[in-house]
Amino acid sequence: MDPFPHNIFVINCPGTGSVQAGRAAACQGCPNQKLCAAGAAGPDPAEAAALRERLRCVKHVVLVLSGKGGVGKSTFSALLAHGLAADESKQVALLDIDICGPSIPKMMGLEGEQVCSYCFCRGGLKCLVEKHYRFFIHQFLRDVDWGEIDYLIIDTPPGTSDEHLSIVQYLGASHVDGAVIITTPQEVSLQDVRKEINFCHKVKLPIIGVVENMSGFICPKCKNESQIFPPTTGGAEKMCQNLNVSLLGKVPLDPQIGKSCDKGQSFLSEAPESPATASYRNIIQRIQEYCDLQHTQEEKII
Amino acid sequence: MAEANPPHFETVIQSNLSGVRHVVLVLSGKGGVGKSTVATQLALALRQAGRKVGILDVDLCGPSIPRMFRVQDRDVHQCDSGWVPVFVDQEKSISLMSIGFLLEKPDDAVVWRGPKKNALIKQFVADVAWGDLDFLIVDTPPGTSDEHISTVEALRPYKPLGAILVTTPQVGQLAGALGTAPECTNVFSKGGGEELAKYAGVPFLGSVPLDPQLSQSLEEGRDFIQEFPKSSAFPALLHIAQQVLDSASQRSS
Repeated sequence: MDPFPHNIFVINCPGTGSVQAGRAAACQGCPNQKLCAAGAAGPDPAEAAALRERLRCVKHVVLVLSGKGGVGKSTFSALLAHGLAADESKQVALLDIDICGPSIPKMMGLEGEQVCSYCFCRGGLKCLVEKHYRFFIHQFLRDVDWGEIDYLIIDTPPGTSDEHLSIVQYLGASHVDGAVIITTPQEVSLQDVRKEINFCHKVKLPIIGVVENMSGFICPKCKNESQIFPPTTGGAEKMCQNLNVSLLGKVPLDPQIGKSCDKGQSFLSEAPESPATASYRNIIQRIQEYCDLQHTQEEKII
Repeated sequence: MAEANPPHFETVIQSNLSGVRHVVLVLSGKGGVGKSTVATQLALALRQAGRKVGILDVDLCGPSIPRMFRVQDRDVHQCDSGWVPVFVDQEKSISLMSIGFLLEKPDDAVVWRGPKKNALIKQFVADVAWGDLDFLIVDTPPGTSDEHISTVEALRPYKPLGAILVTTPQVGQLAGALGTAPECTNVFSKGGGEELAKYAGVPFLGSVPLDPQLSQSLEEGRDFIQEFPKSSAFPALLHIAQQVLDSASQRSS
């Protein structure tokens, strides 16, 4: 494997947040060396602290992640927001940081919950380069008046890249209750999700659990179940066992989910009888319990 | 990040891509719509037509190409002119390059910001010794972001033949495959790729049916090259490949 032509793989990268960033022996020849040495790789600590101060009125922050695209992150984020907001005493906010492909506004029909996304200026924002991500995510967090909020749900783009690093750096991993990781049952998706789980470990982001989406397809007419994405390697269940992460639940595919999302309606209230709704409600309940537990632990520390 | 370029950047780029006749990009704003599957199938269909094909996988966070060809355990070696791509068959009719071959552990997360991704993509374009290829298919991650800007900029001197945009398929043929009622067919809300193509004024190349047997065989790690010609997706891909060949021959003449 080694040596690579221009030493592009920094095997012993000290991490962008480290005091050694850009200065370690491993940084020699890394294209990011200058950036890291100048301290530009991480957010300004004072700025990040000010942001956290602003977000103090937010009780719980939940990140929705997946290494793979098209597995239902935004759908899940939207339904999680709907589900949590069903309790009228709770205020729920939903932040979409998928700058290249924001889907939340459509799914939410822009009603009810507080919706924030950059879709409204998307025309001019088709391509964004690295430094802009940080700028936009910073602005999102700084300029939006979130008010008193019980849950802030953050929907992310696929991968383990700029947006993910930025949001974790700005919020501080310890200020996030945890991440919900979405996958589909097949190995092609699981192989990306394992990387996402490693990302969470790397940045010390707690994992609430994994949701297996599109887990079987139940025909609305004949109620037969078929596997569109076959779990040949044991699906999320086996992966969770192997990696010691909890499986929050499996959600079957229901054509009504996509239809409700396209119309901006809540699938949970549109199809209360669907097995998918029951599964979603159960998962949302578990996330709620996890967050409540976090809260009481924090209070004890104070 | 111009200073990050190797000093011999321009000269390497000349020699390593000069044997490549046509470059085709596979793009989609959305994830999970089948970019890598289409890139793989297109490569196989072009091979069927007697062409030599390379696939460059620039999806750095979620490379799927190595697994699609069942070569995820292979390593990339070095030769005088750069990295030797991974060949999927003895005839060396399909060659691959992906970050998947370069990671020490397959589950390692590539947590890189833009400049670093940019540098690797430049290197992928400049330093892979493809040799003579009729087509180089470039598989991309979802979105319109760093990887795409870097790829398009690095490939611009080679005047790519064009881009194939992949969107979620209409799943009309699913009913037969699943043996369920017609109402079951619409697994995803009907997106209407053809309508979209009309709306955007771009040619519609064809729709590829969802073939659960094919994804099953892929999952089980069976040989895609053997299984694919039996699939219901195969004729659709042959048709798409033919259009790519047509537009390539138009370009040549």
